[in-house]
Amino acid sequence: MSAALTSVFKREFTSYFSTPVAIVFIVIYLMLSGVFTFYVGGFYERGQADLSAFFTYQPWLFLFLIPAISMRLWAEERKSGTIELLLTLPVGTWSAVLGKFLAAWALAALALMLTFPIWITVNYLGDPDNGVILASYLAALLMAGGYLAIGAAMSAATRNQVIAFVLAIALCFLFTVSGLPIVLAFFEGWAPDWLATLVADFSFLTHFSTLSKGVLEAADILYFLSLIGLWLFLGYLIIELKREDN
Amino acid sequence: MHMDCMIKAHELTRRFGSFVAVDGISLAVQKGEVLGFLGPNGAGKTTTMKILTGFLPATSGMAEICGLNVTDHPIAARQKLGYLPEGAPLYDDMTAGGFLQFIAQVRGLSGMAAKEAIQKAAQSVHLLPVLHQPIETLSKGYRRRVGLAQAILHDPDVLILDEPTDGLDPNQKHEVRRLIEQMAPNKAILISTHVLEEVEALCSRLIIIDRGRIVADGTPADLKARSRYHGAVTLEVSTDQAEAARSTLAEMEGLANLEQHESGGLTRFTLFPQAKADLLDPARMLLGGHGITIRQIALEAGRIDDAFRALTHSDAATDADRAEETIA
Repeated sequence: MSAALTSVFKREFTSYFSTPVAIVFIVIYLMLSGVFTFYVGGFYERGQADLSAFFTYQPWLFLFLIPAISMRLWAEERKSGTIELLLTLPVGTWSAVLGKFLAAWALAALALMLTFPIWITVNYLGDPDNGVILASYLAALLMAGGYLAIGAAMSAATRNQVIAFVLAIALCFLFTVSGLPIVLAFFEGWAPDWLATLVADFSFLTHFSTLSKGVLEAADILYFLSLIGLWLFLGYLIIELKREDN
Repeated sequence: MHMDCMIKAHELTRRFGSFVAVDGISLAVQKGEVLGFLGPNGAGKTTTMKILTGFLPATSGMAEICGLNVTDHPIAARQKLGYLPEGAPLYDDMTAGGFLQFIAQVRGLSGMAAKEAIQKAAQSVHLLPVLHQPIETLSKGYRRRVGLAQAILHDPDVLILDEPTDGLDPNQKHEVRRLIEQMAPNKAILISTHVLEEVEALCSRLIIIDRGRIVADGTPADLKARSRYHGAVTLEVSTDQAEAARSTLAEMEGLANLEQHESGGLTRFTLFPQAKADLLDPARMLLGGHGITIRQIALEAGRIDDAFRALTHSDAATDADRAEETIA
C-alpha cells in the first residue's frame, strides 16, 4: 500500500508499545481469557478436545477490551491537535483511517495469537479438530475487526477518550446482543418474522457462532468484512464533517 | 498565472454557523516573500491558514499552493507545503527523532535521503541534542523547534507558520527569525504573529485582518506611514526646563499638536506636524536658541502597533473565537 498508509500504520502500532496500552491490553486479555476458559467455561470439566470453552467468551471479552484500544485512535489526535498536522501531511483521510484501523487490528491479532498455549494444551490433552480451531480464530479476528471499526468511528466523534470508550461499548453491545434469545423474544409476537431475523442477522454472536463451529460460510465472512467497511466509512465521514470542532 | 506566485487565495470565506470567521480574503505570496499575517485574536488568521493548508474547506472561494487547488489536488498541494499549526501539536509519546522519521516517511523519504533530511532540519533548528528524547519531556522552546523542523524537513516551496515564535524566549525568537530569513529567498512564507517587532524584522509585506477582512496590505513602511506618529518628532529635555520648552515649542510653525510625558526627571515631547511639515530642524534650532538642552531628539518613522490599534477592534472576541483561536 501507499507510503503514507504504511507510515501511519507503523506510527500507530509502535505508539501502542511506547505507552503501556499494548502491554496492559495483552496481559489483561490473556488473563481474562484464561479465567473464562478454565473456570467459567469449565475447560477440563467438559472433557472434550475442543476450544469452545475459550471461544464462547471471546465476544464478551472483546466487547470491553477492544474499545480500550480503539478509543485513543482519533480522540487523542483531536485533543492534542495533531489531527491538524496529520491531515495536512500528504496523507489522504482514507489512508489515515485505514492505517490506524489496521494498526489496532494488528494489535488485536497479536493478542489473539498469544493465546496459543491454550491451543497447545488442547492438542496435548486430546485430538481436536484443528480445522475448526483455525476457523474459530479467523472468526475471532474478524469479530475483533468489527468491534474495532465501530470503536474507531466513535473515537473520531469526540476528543474525549472516555466518551469514545463508553459509546463504543454501547454500540458494540447492541451489535452483540441483538442475536440473544432475550432480545429476539422482545420482537416475537408483534414484529414480523423478517424483522426478528434481520435483527438476529445483525448480531456478531450469530455470525461468530456459525464461523466458530468451523462452518466457513462466505455470508458470515462477508458480514464481518462489510460491517468493518461500513464503520470505517462512517468514521471517515465523521472525520470529514467534524474537522472544525477539534 | 505568474510562475512565482506560490500561495494564492481568492475571495476566501468561511462561516461557522452564522458567524463569518473569514470574509472574502484574497492574497498572494510570491517566492522570496515573507508575508506577515496580523490581527487581533479571533480575527480569522488561523482559520485562513487552515483553509490555505487544506485542513478546513472554505465555504466559498479558492486557495492554491504552487498553482494546485487545495481542494481538488489536496495531496499534491500538501507535498509542496510545510505547515506549523497553531500551538505546534506533536505526538507526545514519540521521540523527537522518531517523530521526524515518521514525517520523512509520510513525505516519501526513506533510507539515506530521510536521514539526511532529518539531520539537516534538526541542525538548522538546533535540535540535535534532544533527538532521542520523548517529545513529552521537551521544553516549550524545543517543542516549537520540533514543529518547525517537521515543517521544513522536505525543503518545501511554501511555508505556512502559525505563530512560529509563540512561547519562545528572546534568544530562541531571534534564532527562529534568523532561520526564516535564511530560507526566505527560495520560498514563499506566510507567518502569523502577535509580535509586531517581528513583523518589522522579518516580513517584506504584511496583511492586517480584522473580523475576517483585510484592513491593510503593504510593506511595514507603508503601514508605519499610516500611523499618526509618522513624521512626528520626539524629544526629551530635563523636567526643570519643561515649562520653558513647552511655551517655546507651542509657538512653532507647522505644529498641529503637542504631547507631553514626564518620567524620571526627563520630559518627553511628541510634536505632531501639520500636513508634511518637517519639525526636526526647526525644533532643534528653536530650543537651542532659548538655551534649552535637548537630551535626545528623533524623527519618527511611525509605529506599527499604533496603526494596528487604529485599524482593528480589540472586541473581536466572540463565541466562535474559542474554537478558532486560543487567547494569548
